[in-house]
Amino acid sequence: MDPADKILLDHGSGGRIAHRLLRDLLLPAFDNPALAELNDGAILEVEGSRLAFSTDSYTVDPIFFPGGDIGDLAVNGTVNDLAMCGARPLALSAAFILEEGFPLEDFRRILGTMARAAREAGVAIVTGDTKVVPRGAADRVFINTSGIGLIPPGVRVASHRARPGDRILLSGSLADHGVSVLAGREGLAFQTTVQSDTAPLHRMVAAMLAAGGEAVHVLRDPTRGGLGTALNEIAESSGVGVLIHEETIPLKPEVAGLCELLGFDPLYLANEGKLVAFVHPEAAEAVLAAVRADPAGRDAAWIGEALAAPAGRVVMQTRIGGRRIVDMLSGEQFPRIC
Amino acid sequence: MCLAIPSRIVEIKDRMAVIDVDGVRRECSLLLLEDAAVGDWVIVHAGFAISRIDEEAARETLSLLREAAALAGGAPGGEPPAGE
Amino acid sequence: MATRHSAEYRDRHLVQELSSRIRRLSRRPLRIMEVCGTHTVSIFRHGIRSLLPETITLLSGPGCPVCVTDTAEIDAAIELARRPGVVIATFGDLLRVPGSRSSLERERAAGCEVRIVYSALDAVALARQTPGREVVFLGIGFETTAPTVAAAVLAARQAGLGNFSVLCLHKTVPPALAALTAAGDLRIDAFLLPGHVSVVIGRRAYLPFFERTRLPCAIAGFEPVDILQAVAALVAQAETERPQVENVYRRAVAEEGNPAAQRVLAAVFEPADARWRGIGVIPASGLEIREAYAAFDASRRFPLELAPAPEPRGCSCGEILTARKTPPECPLYGIRCTPSDPVGPCMVSSEGTCAAYFRYHDASAGG
Repeated sequence: MDPADKILLDHGSGGRIAHRLLRDLLLPAFDNPALAELNDGAILEVEGSRLAFSTDSYTVDPIFFPGGDIGDLAVNGTVNDLAMCGARPLALSAAFILEEGFPLEDFRRILGTMARAAREAGVAIVTGDTKVVPRGAADRVFINTSGIGLIPPGVRVASHRARPGDRILLSGSLADHGVSVLAGREGLAFQTTVQSDTAPLHRMVAAMLAAGGEAVHVLRDPTRGGLGTALNEIAESSGVGVLIHEETIPLKPEVAGLCELLGFDPLYLANEGKLVAFVHPEAAEAVLAAVRADPAGRDAAWIGEALAAPAGRVVMQTRIGGRRIVDMLSGEQFPRIC
Repeated sequence: MCLAIPSRIVEIKDRMAVIDVDGVRRECSLLLLEDAAVGDWVIVHAGFAISRIDEEAARETLSLLREAAALAGGAPGGEPPAGE
Repeated sequence: MATRHSAEYRDRHLVQELSSRIRRLSRRPLRIMEVCGTHTVSIFRHGIRSLLPETITLLSGPGCPVCVTDTAEIDAAIELARRPGVVIATFGDLLRVPGSRSSLERERAAGCEVRIVYSALDAVALARQTPGREVVFLGIGFETTAPTVAAAVLAARQAGLGNFSVLCLHKTVPPALAALTAAGDLRIDAFLLPGHVSVVIGRRAYLPFFERTRLPCAIAGFEPVDILQAVAALVAQAETERPQVENVYRRAVAEEGNPAAQRVLAAVFEPADARWRGIGVIPASGLEIREAYAAFDASRRFPLELAPAPEPRGCSCGEILTARKTPPECPLYGIRCTPSDPVGPCMVSSEGTCAAYFRYHDASAGG
């Protein structure tokens, strides 16, 4: 590492460069077995029970976007990280860093959103903290939430448990959140009716686990870095190949349209209310039925399967019948002319 | 070298148009295209319409290809794939 | 639904028909250069290589503005970004391109103001909203983009803006094609010509180049059916030894191009020599701002020392852009040079040959 190196925005994009930061700085600094698992949350054995513990900080521009605001993300995001461990969320914390001058009215609105989201998710925000920094030292409002959840006996989902033959389920249309935020961003001036998909997924997960039990091998919510990055992470930690079929991936026309206009690949845009699951084929139909019974999973579809080879790689059969590699996101996507 | 997307003009005011791509709308300049009209399909690059799509030429190209595909015994190539 | 004029050209049956037509026709090996980077991306993104017979090799050419923008020009943009009061407005393409010591992305992290815009007009709007700042727009791109930047200059003049200027790095395609084919050891048998450059300049603009080389040429759109149709046309031309400049993007490209765009371009810009990264100076292959618009020319407003910048050691971008090497033949490829840590420009742009190769290439998938 060059001593002159600085943190770039790309280090937070969830793609390959973020992974390198994790591998080179964070993992060596805190080295321990629970962290090394690299799941959405850590799994802790406490006197015979298994707890899931997860934390996430939220910063988004704009803070209010079609379909939600930063408050929805902060509650649903951590609820979902717990859910991806197979856990039932028990309680959340919330900590705020506020910029001097941030309108009280906006703060009130965000707190209202968080309260509603927590109520809808059936989980209480039980502790918190507020700090204010001078103007310019933060951008309006940053939120951190942490959560704990209880993993029921017999549930064993983890990103290394994908096996060749598993079918891959996506719980709904891709990239809605990423596109709603992009379209709302100042300066780009696109109008769409696309709404963020922010939603809590723990009930869907409970239904999937009830229907499929141990046949549900992997759960992951493809947030930053998108589906492409999530699938690469699973392929790497499980040592399997992943084959997906472009034409089976649900994509709203408007999302496809904005991606075409800006030269973005929807495989790398964020989702905030979707999950991807690797499921043993014997339980596939029961799990799909459970997902579709949830309002956030109506458009769920099988999008591919895990293979023995090429291990650690993701390949997509394209709509026209060609094949291409799907890599991890290598850096945040920018609107481009080429 | 140049990402440019087929879009439909839904509104024109002065030399600015509102274009629609699959429901996404944006303003787009008509300074580089003469005689554009509402309803036209145009190719948009970096916020400018740079070409009007020649519907006649498009139809010809596609029908020749579809005939060839039908002759080759494949399934008819007429329908765009579902979900597009 | 606005999928018209694109969904039809992703039809699997038409793709299959064209793919088998190419297999039927193609006997001799054919090395086709796709000049345009957007073609490169489309070819990889749709997995088109896996649909072609082994006789066909697709090579990526110098049609990615990011790849051919000279290191010294990136350095100049960075120097401007560092000046107090300057806001750089740029297409996202240029943000990660390494200059000799830094990139605009790193300068932004260090505190310089670098804004990404979708259109040159957005940069004009930015200048109007920030009267106390100097907005410098980085004018990259070929004949497709240059008229949009010229139109922005005209709009800025009409609005009487004194704080908008363009660092003009535009390049033009026909002189580059001529230079590519004039060099010895040409390893290109046919050209897939850029559809959206052709929208502006027209089929006619390639005729002088064609008369000299008599190599098969096809103007292509960017959907899979467009590209395969152009490949089929090139194969047919080569097999029958009847080369021509064939327009297979007739729905968008006219014989004489887009006269309005040509007029706007010529009003603001005039031809100038330009340095292409990896290729060198090509006479009259660039554009500069005419004297009448000097007030909007960043290189006149902010005199810059353009020190020649050496290419990164071991980087083969030049040979790759001219089809003398494929990315894996570069000693840095995939080792020191990757999309998240690029050394050469071909790895930076998502349409850069090396980046596209790195992201999408799969030997086992028949690419």
